Amino acid sequence: MSRTRIQWFHFTAPANFYDLAGRLIPAFALLSVILFAMGLYLGLWVAPPDYQQGDSYRIIYIHVPVAWMSMFLYVLMAIYAGIGLIWRIKMAEVMAKSIAPTGALFTFLALWTGALWGRPTWGVYWVWDARLTSELILLFLFLGYMALHAAIEDRQRAANASAVLALVGVVNVPIIYFSVQWWNTLHQGASITVTQAPTMATIMWVTILIMFLACWMYSIAVVLARARTEILERERRARWVQERLESEKP
Amino acid sequence: MTASLFALLQRDLVLTLRRPQDALTVAGFFVVVVALFPLGIGPDPEVLRTVAAGVLWVAALLAVMLSLERLFADDYRDGSLEQLLLVPLPLALLVLTRTFGHWLVAGLPLVLLSPLLGLQLGLEAREIGVLMLALLLGTPILSLIGAVGAALTLGVRGGGVLIALLILPLYVPPLILGSGAVDAVMHGSSAQAHLSLLGALLIFALVTTPWATAAAVRIMLD
Amino acid sequence: MNQERFLHPPREFRARGLAVERGVRLLFSALDLTLNPGQLLQVAGPNGSGKTTLLRMLAGLSRPLEGTIFWDGQPLERLEEGPGTCLAYLGHQNALKDDLTTLENLTYAGRLDGSAGSPDQALVMLDRLGLGGYEEVPARYLSQGQKRRVALARLLLQKRPLWILDEPYAALDVHVIEVLRTTFQDHIDRGGMLIITTHQIVDIDGDCQTLELAPSQRSA
Repeated sequence: MSRTRIQWFHFTAPANFYDLAGRLIPAFALLSVILFAMGLYLGLWVAPPDYQQGDSYRIIYIHVPVAWMSMFLYVLMAIYAGIGLIWRIKMAEVMAKSIAPTGALFTFLALWTGALWGRPTWGVYWVWDARLTSELILLFLFLGYMALHAAIEDRQRAANASAVLALVGVVNVPIIYFSVQWWNTLHQGASITVTQAPTMATIMWVTILIMFLACWMYSIAVVLARARTEILERERRARWVQERLESEKP
Repeated sequence: MTASLFALLQRDLVLTLRRPQDALTVAGFFVVVVALFPLGIGPDPEVLRTVAAGVLWVAALLAVMLSLERLFADDYRDGSLEQLLLVPLPLALLVLTRTFGHWLVAGLPLVLLSPLLGLQLGLEAREIGVLMLALLLGTPILSLIGAVGAALTLGVRGGGVLIALLILPLYVPPLILGSGAVDAVMHGSSAQAHLSLLGALLIFALVTTPWATAAAVRIMLD
Repeated sequence: MNQERFLHPPREFRARGLAVERGVRLLFSALDLTLNPGQLLQVAGPNGSGKTTLLRMLAGLSRPLEGTIFWDGQPLERLEEGPGTCLAYLGHQNALKDDLTTLENLTYAGRLDGSAGSPDQALVMLDRLGLGGYEEVPARYLSQGQKRRVALARLLLQKRPLWILDEPYAALDVHVIEVLRTTFQDHIDRGGMLIITTHQIVDIDGDCQTLELAPSQRSA
């Protein structure tokens, strides 16, 4: 038990994290490519077309995993931000900051694919559906986090302030989601609902799951890569950085 | 303790009275924004009646947001905020008192003005009553959440615009519940559920946001 | 006017292992200091050596990167009502409200931080600092030196045992500096404590220490 703990703290030291991340990134990137290839093959060729929507429904193999990711990443970002704020662990701050752009990207993709799907399904690109609206607000939350981080010059203050914002946001996400859901059911008939796919076949679930895993692998790889750059910038005066940079020179 | 908090509240109100244009600007903004909507949408009374609650709420949201900068920025500039940190009381309590003062000056006038504007947009007496009640419960929430944003943007370049991006998404729940309450009575059902939820949200905000604001103030002064 | 007591009795004030970073610069590290009742500490050093940073930290306004500050053996952040119970701080800014009169500035501050002297005490203090007759003047019409004096009057009225002053003599003329010097002497004589940065010579009898901050260094 105690050994695992020591190991964990070992990797909260920037130099060790930098090395470990450097070794892990290629593995996650490769896994992500393989899983994406598998998922897309299954989704586009193997899975049967929908009896109502034909082939246009296939966008859910991207839309659904991407929408899940956006929410997971927001929560994860808030958790890291909270850890960084309360226990003052620098690596947690780095992770929170590194997750934000990927989270925003997934949120944007979820909206984009949702709109693309909406066109053939409902005839319009945008409906004020509860899920789409919540997703839009989530995008604003991500953008607000990044904007605040960028606007504050002092690095420590930027990390702490945006951590407070992330925590306030994560408490609000369920409230926002609930209120939007409620607003939606009050304001419209039952004509439109997203992702209410008729009973999904196993192959569809499996494909979505594979795509979801692929998104995770991609996120881990990209976030770690971003975190490495951030560490280099933060620690640029440290001796270990100079050493690593020397050894990485061609 | 109460004496200290009362002194803070009194000082903030005296300062507002010495410089009433700040508070009046916010109320004026509220009225102007609402008055612009009919010009944009058209004078059809039926349409105006339908959008009235939403228009009034969005205008209130924006008016409160505009007034947020004054919450801590002056004190930050002249050093009073540092002295506030050294007052031997929990900072969250001081921040809550300050926010209450802000609401009295920025939020309450909107509540009092709303019947007039509601009449202009064709709301009926019962609907106006609910609108006022909803604003009475909702505008303090706007001030409380806004205080977090105001603290987080202290001393930040372009803080005025940034605060909108930080705060407006968090204003969605009170907006939905508040304008929903008026819609509910308009469609002949009860606004009870909306108002209860709005009340619950207010209590939740009262208990949680002062801590976040206090933390944010400390961070920005660190 | 010397009878007024401290709101809390003076106690040992100490800092252990303070380290501070600003941006990528390490301002200082492993800094220790101890201040006992009746002692004065002058913080000296060139511009940018972190004097203001250190003073704000000692006042509990910002957290050190490493290290702890104790009042009477208690870490500052664990004091029940915060560091404001034991210390009063005056930074570069005077923290006066332009729209309030001199007297209002003092009385509201006093009521807010619980030291709530009567307006009479405030008037006496203003008189002593050469501001008699200015009590009804809004702070916006005061000169820089006068504002500084009002801020100092507020500090004196707070009756805290430890004063932390960042360049208190800035913008003051010789006469007022002399008044302040006697006030500080008085404070030290009664067992009060004083931490001060100034470019002038602190001419006070008693137990004086000097802390010389080195010019800032690049962090390792």
